[in-house]
Amino acid sequence: MSAMFEVRDLRVLYGGHPVVEIPRLTIEEEEVLAIIGPNGSGKSTLLRVLALLEKPAEGQVCFKGQPINYKRSLLPYRRRLALVMQHPILRNTSTFENAATGLRFRHLPEREVKRRVSNWLNKLGIAHLDKRNAHTLSGGESQRACLARALSLEPDLLLLDEPFAALDEPSRVSLIDDLQNILNEVSVTTVFVTHDRSEALIFGKKVAVMMGGRIQQLGTPEEVFSKPSNEAVAAFVGADNIISGLVSKAQNGLVSVDAHEREIVAIGSYAVGERLVLCIRPEDVVIEPYSSAAPITSARNKLKGRVVRCTPLGPQYRVVLDCDFPLVSLISKQSFQELSLVERAEVIASFKASGVHIIGKRV
Amino acid sequence: MDLIIDGIVQAFWLVVRGDPDVMRVIYLSLLVSGSATLISLFIGVPLGTLMALSRFRGRGFTLSLVNTGMGMPPVVVGLVVSILLWRSGPLGLLHIMYTPAAMVVAQVIIASPIVTGISMAAIAQLDPRLRMQMLGLGASRWQMLWVLFQEARLPLLTALMAGFGGVISEVGAVMMVGGNIKGQTRVLTTATVLETGRGEFGIAIALGIILLLLAYLVNLTLTHLQQQGRPQQ
Repeated sequence: MSAMFEVRDLRVLYGGHPVVEIPRLTIEEEEVLAIIGPNGSGKSTLLRVLALLEKPAEGQVCFKGQPINYKRSLLPYRRRLALVMQHPILRNTSTFENAATGLRFRHLPEREVKRRVSNWLNKLGIAHLDKRNAHTLSGGESQRACLARALSLEPDLLLLDEPFAALDEPSRVSLIDDLQNILNEVSVTTVFVTHDRSEALIFGKKVAVMMGGRIQQLGTPEEVFSKPSNEAVAAFVGADNIISGLVSKAQNGLVSVDAHEREIVAIGSYAVGERLVLCIRPEDVVIEPYSSAAPITSARNKLKGRVVRCTPLGPQYRVVLDCDFPLVSLISKQSFQELSLVERAEVIASFKASGVHIIGKRV
Repeated sequence: MDLIIDGIVQAFWLVVRGDPDVMRVIYLSLLVSGSATLISLFIGVPLGTLMALSRFRGRGFTLSLVNTGMGMPPVVVGLVVSILLWRSGPLGLLHIMYTPAAMVVAQVIIASPIVTGISMAAIAQLDPRLRMQMLGLGASRWQMLWVLFQEARLPLLTALMAGFGGVISEVGAVMMVGGNIKGQTRVLTTATVLETGRGEFGIAIALGIILLLLAYLVNLTLTHLQQQGRPQQ
């Protein structure tokens, strides 16, 4: 793995104010980097810099080790990228011609254009719409056409700027599913900008949390979501428990996931051996004393663990447990007092199978 | 009423017989106004595009010039061009006063602001994200502009029609700089004025109807193109 893209000491100014400040960011080959952050955090600006559509005030952008010279033509570099924007911007022509747009810019021979465009329209499930005027397509179909247009370029770097944000829920879900399969198949280096945590989890092999124009945290999805580096990140990503593991058993609509040598049962139909990312909301995790003879809850998942830390959060307490992996629980002040929790105390953490949210599968 | 019917009958025969004088007048009208519109496109579309897409110094001033120009009285244009092309005027050396060339110059001045103004509106109404998206797919600057023109092709055709409509029907300027010389600079509008002045209402009506028909045919063709105008890559 080598760096496909690298930015150093990057500063973008709007009206004299810095909107993006990044000392260093590398994007490895075949990596999928998800940039998440609230609106106005500078993530789309960063994407435009990576797309070479915006010249930074300061800093260097390197493409495959070569620094970009903004005084020279950027076209040879831009021809190696492909951008998909939040709103599908299609020309008033057929779906096929729209998907062929970038290839026409590159003057590819007609046969090659046909081959690639047909292939990608097919993979995105809109081959039957190839002759339709693109302005008559639905939102989901339009975005599929935009993805076909970008992917048919076989780019070195695919840039996605909130590609699902403008879609209705059913279109969004099915397109996410398809794009997941596609990205697994073609392993194209991708930078994915989103404000949606679940999209970042599904696609990102690495997640960068951007706030106030700076990258606050960069790491694997598990790292970022389970161990937010600061309060701002925690507040944005939420404090869910994110655990990944392999399916060890699957029957009757239940799956057992082997995570960090512990077994977690969740609802869903997946094949044995599949890797799943599990998400458990802290308020769904109930803490029982280890000694209690009769179980208080009927929860299917019971994990033995030790208290690592307790932090008061208004009327609640945030309790971090060590169950061979960090597990966060949110309990009422009353329960906290009844349990008389102290650090290193042994407890049982329990949660229902229905409380485990399976966020996405990644191969 | 007889006057009108006579006029229509006369117009019919003038066209059907292919009256050489009338044919020459029609030909010259189309030639002068057609070339003037074509030249205006080469001036107006790039200028309109530039004004729609960029913020340069003097843009506001240019904009006010274009807007004024869109409603400029043709007689004023005729006056200015006459002064410039007059034998002793600054451009008198060209010796094009009272020639079709002078008429084209005057009509270009009339049509260019119209084409510029409508082109500017045509390009400005496009989604600004289209440019970024095309560049993000590897378009060169020219390829990006070409896509913009294609996307704005319908309003750009309107610019063409409005420009042509403005000059084919114009009489003041061509009269002044062309001189309405029979066989040389006489066009449909100036001929109509002349025949009306001479009390030859029949032939004046005939010329008027031919002018109307011509304007209608040209616009019909362009509208037809507009309606079925699917882009070709």
